[in-house]
Amino acid sequence: MDDFYREIILDHYKNPEHRGQFENSDFSFEDENPLCGDFIHIDICMDDEERVKEAVFHGHGCAISMASADLLLEKIRGKNLEEVKKLSKQDILDLLGIELSPVRLKCALLPLKVVKAAVYQLKEANDKLVE
Amino acid sequence: MNTQLSSTEIKNDFPILNRMVHGGKTLIYLDSAATSQKPVHVIKAMDDFYRHSYANIHRGIHVLAEEATQLYEMSRVKVANFIGARSPREIVFTRNATEAINLVAYAWARKMLNSGEFILLTEMEHHSNIVPWQMLSEERGIKIDFVPVLDDGLLDLSKYKELLDKKPRLVSFTHMSNVLGTINPVKPMTEMAHRVGAVVLIDGAQAVPHFPVNVNYLEVDFYAFSAHKMCGPTGIGVLFGKESLLESMSPFLGGGDMIRRVSLENFQPNEIPHKFEAGTPPIAEAIGFGAAVDYLNEVGLQIINDHEHELTHYALDCLSQLKWLHVLGPSHEYKGGVISFATDVAHPHDIAQILDSEGIAVRAGHHCAMPLHQRFGLPSSTRASLYLYNTREDIDQLIIALQKVKDIFG
Repeated sequence: MDDFYREIILDHYKNPEHRGQFENSDFSFEDENPLCGDFIHIDICMDDEERVKEAVFHGHGCAISMASADLLLEKIRGKNLEEVKKLSKQDILDLLGIELSPVRLKCALLPLKVVKAAVYQLKEANDKLVE
Repeated sequence: MNTQLSSTEIKNDFPILNRMVHGGKTLIYLDSAATSQKPVHVIKAMDDFYRHSYANIHRGIHVLAEEATQLYEMSRVKVANFIGARSPREIVFTRNATEAINLVAYAWARKMLNSGEFILLTEMEHHSNIVPWQMLSEERGIKIDFVPVLDDGLLDLSKYKELLDKKPRLVSFTHMSNVLGTINPVKPMTEMAHRVGAVVLIDGAQAVPHFPVNVNYLEVDFYAFSAHKMCGPTGIGVLFGKESLLESMSPFLGGGDMIRRVSLENFQPNEIPHKFEAGTPPIAEAIGFGAAVDYLNEVGLQIINDHEHELTHYALDCLSQLKWLHVLGPSHEYKGGVISFATDVAHPHDIAQILDSEGIAVRAGHHCAMPLHQRFGLPSSTRASLYLYNTREDIDQLIIALQKVKDIFG
């Protein structure tokens, strides 16, 4: 368990670097996991070279979903849209560095689902986005 | 008869509670509001039935069919006696409490209620006592009102009185909340509802397993509950209905056993309760259910209730020492052994995961009561729920593990 709540996860949960909101974002999306009530909204701003300049999130959820959001938004900084679209479930697991049960996997993947739905400019997110 | 419950002896009746989890931690099961564990008596009854008497029931002219029919119908009698029904004809076997409520919505309300008429529910209902009515409302234009829940977790009874002035045709509410643990005053509320001519349906899924319920004394019209929350198997539940009401209703599902006679043109429904039991029912489950009722009778439901009451009081006292969390719902006098809590320190998922690593099974989420969580401004909560096999030591372990949550997240 001490492995599960690794320092890196607790740190990003308690002191997130990418928590916030942009008034004028290039891409925005929000979604929830109704099963546990996790909710996340993500705003992404692009720079002149069509790369992610800054991305921020707000919402509420467990340590896994919130840490996953903070780590993911750090990772996409500087990436172009094609690179963001290529991010997968495995990238999230690598960021978190822990094994997850199917239920907790949903928590971990919610931020990626939201980021992808944002950059694909979808009306609704779906699980296929994070396979 | 003993007047106190020996929890060590009781624990030994439940094989699963001897299980170790996560490398040598004894399982502490605090999730009985979701489903209860099974005593060896129930497991054995079902096993014996499959080994010795299994066959399909009704109309079979052979030894096994006769034995199986007799055992199945005997379970109905046991259940009828257990809840004080006047006759086993008033006991309809369903899949679970949810299906029992849907049965009333489909076979009674759908026929009897007209567009614009009212149904009265409460804010503390499980989704199973909200969604069937919303479906009916969409289909038939029936209106739904909700009795509010007060900050202390009790129903607002003065508001209830006011809402009854709108003359609802049906009043349906939970006997005991699966989140707050609140035990609602069913008898006076039923009397009030009857005075305005409403039919009363009670969701007793959290009540029947834990304290004596007598439907005849309560004078309710319908009463729904599930076997799996009261030491019985999954796949079987009960709709109690007053005989005259059941007689007046249309059948539910169509098929075998629910008919008296079928021609290519039409059918004649069977007598109650068979009219509502189409197809091969869960036979072994009914027999396991009967064994569960025997087991609870043997231990004594009042003794179980006293034990849980004392344990709930103890748990609430212990939890009140943890200033970083707050328990939802009323004080111990008004509640059963369902203890949900919320905190800003950690998310319910994280709490449940840390407790699990200590061998403690609790539930995290909205517990199928999203409107109630919205009422308290919470996305979710953590719930520890008690039953006859839980002990003070279980609560002590819970408190120690919660301290660990605080250490990690604090």
